[in-house]
Amino acid sequence: MHKDSTAKTLLVAFLLCLTCSVLVSTAAVKLKSRQVENKKLDIKKNLLLASKLIKPTASKDEINEAYKNVEAKLVDLETGEFVTDMDPGSFDAVKASKDPKRNVIIPSDKDIAKIKRRSKIEKIYFVKENGVIKQIVLPVNGKGLWSTLYGFMVLGTDTKTVLGLGFYQHGETAGLGGEVDNPKWKAQWAGKVAFDNDWNPVLKVVKGGVVEGTSTSQHEVDGLSGATITGNGVTGLVNYWLGSHGFGSFLAKFRASQTQGGM
Amino acid sequence: MKIKETLFNPLFKDNPIALQILGICSALAVTTKLETSLVMSAAVVAVCGFSNLFVSIIRNHIPSSIRIIAQMIVIASLVILTDQILKAFLYDVAKGLSVYISLIITNCIVMGRTEGFAMKNGPFISFVDGIGNGLGYSIVLIFVGFFRELFGSGTLMGYKVLPLVADGGWYQPNGMALLSPSAFFLIGFFIWGLRTWKKDQVETE
Repeated sequence: MHKDSTAKTLLVAFLLCLTCSVLVSTAAVKLKSRQVENKKLDIKKNLLLASKLIKPTASKDEINEAYKNVEAKLVDLETGEFVTDMDPGSFDAVKASKDPKRNVIIPSDKDIAKIKRRSKIEKIYFVKENGVIKQIVLPVNGKGLWSTLYGFMVLGTDTKTVLGLGFYQHGETAGLGGEVDNPKWKAQWAGKVAFDNDWNPVLKVVKGGVVEGTSTSQHEVDGLSGATITGNGVTGLVNYWLGSHGFGSFLAKFRASQTQGGM
Repeated sequence: MKIKETLFNPLFKDNPIALQILGICSALAVTTKLETSLVMSAAVVAVCGFSNLFVSIIRNHIPSSIRIIAQMIVIASLVILTDQILKAFLYDVAKGLSVYISLIITNCIVMGRTEGFAMKNGPFISFVDGIGNGLGYSIVLIFVGFFRELFGSGTLMGYKVLPLVADGGWYQPNGMALLSPSAFFLIGFFIWGLRTWKKDQVETE
């Protein structure tokens, strides 16, 4: 068969594609379980980092040990009530948000996180110390410049003091928007007040920088230079998830139960 | 002697980035930290070496009408494989490199070597050529990564070298070193240094 004949061309193309596809799919299947495990561990690690329970250098065992203080719960966002007939461990909110039976379309005037739809039920976490709730960890996500950012917002039990914020997945520009991962930038969030006196979420990433001493500085963090759109995205997503269409009803219920001394 | 030349010439004498000006894009993107530079280098060395090897093995069977696509398939498969392995065993680093591992597919060095060398030479020498060119790329990447991390963050491999003002030290980090343009300056300095040392690389005016 001549090297450049049509038959030979087709044969070579076919065999080459077959060999390569077998190789690639074998690797993908064989390594999948390891990759999934890594991903889960990474989410746990970021949750714990946002709650400041571990150091960034923590090993796998330290992560799993610290994670024992974390309790996952499912919440119906509409009512703010816990969902008790489902297992939090196997629930995947990102998957649920894509399932027409389990998601809700966000009205465009409320969609400041620009995510279009969200799951009806979300998984939240309580960080406990000797059985007492110390921190509330809320999953948040929203659009930045290039990508959807996924992360955790940590609140104190007064539901308005921010204890931390961190993202475990995003595709923003490294060095610019990607600086949302910078520990120094993240550290600014601690101590900020998420709501005004009427419980409207008012956190803001400010372009330029926060002017200390103003009436709003307690709600603001410095923007990242060269990342205005990522910063606006972060502002949108934290306020969406803390707002009435996000975790608003749940946080209100939680506050009510705290004053009654229950939950 | 020929093997030695094939392996070491791409390091300084015929460096793919400094002289052939190939593969600049990823050299800018992944070099903010030394660690990612090192992993990226290792990945490119492996992909470059093995794609040259495999393309050379099947070179006499590749019809010339589809040769570029055939090379691309080999390269793409190897890159996906590398990406999968990194995600499984070095998750944090793979996350830091994000899409850039996949972008090795479009790295001109890899394709340039398969088309320019492996299609005409035997498997072993092609493999050596791939490794050599991968190393040539690595040298520049590590050079750039070293200075960007040192000046941009005051650290090397994540360890503190220059104490930062923000942590009570004396070093004010150079923010520009973390942005892509700084890699251009560093590559420029690298080429300057190289051409001062090896004057035959200077183009005649």
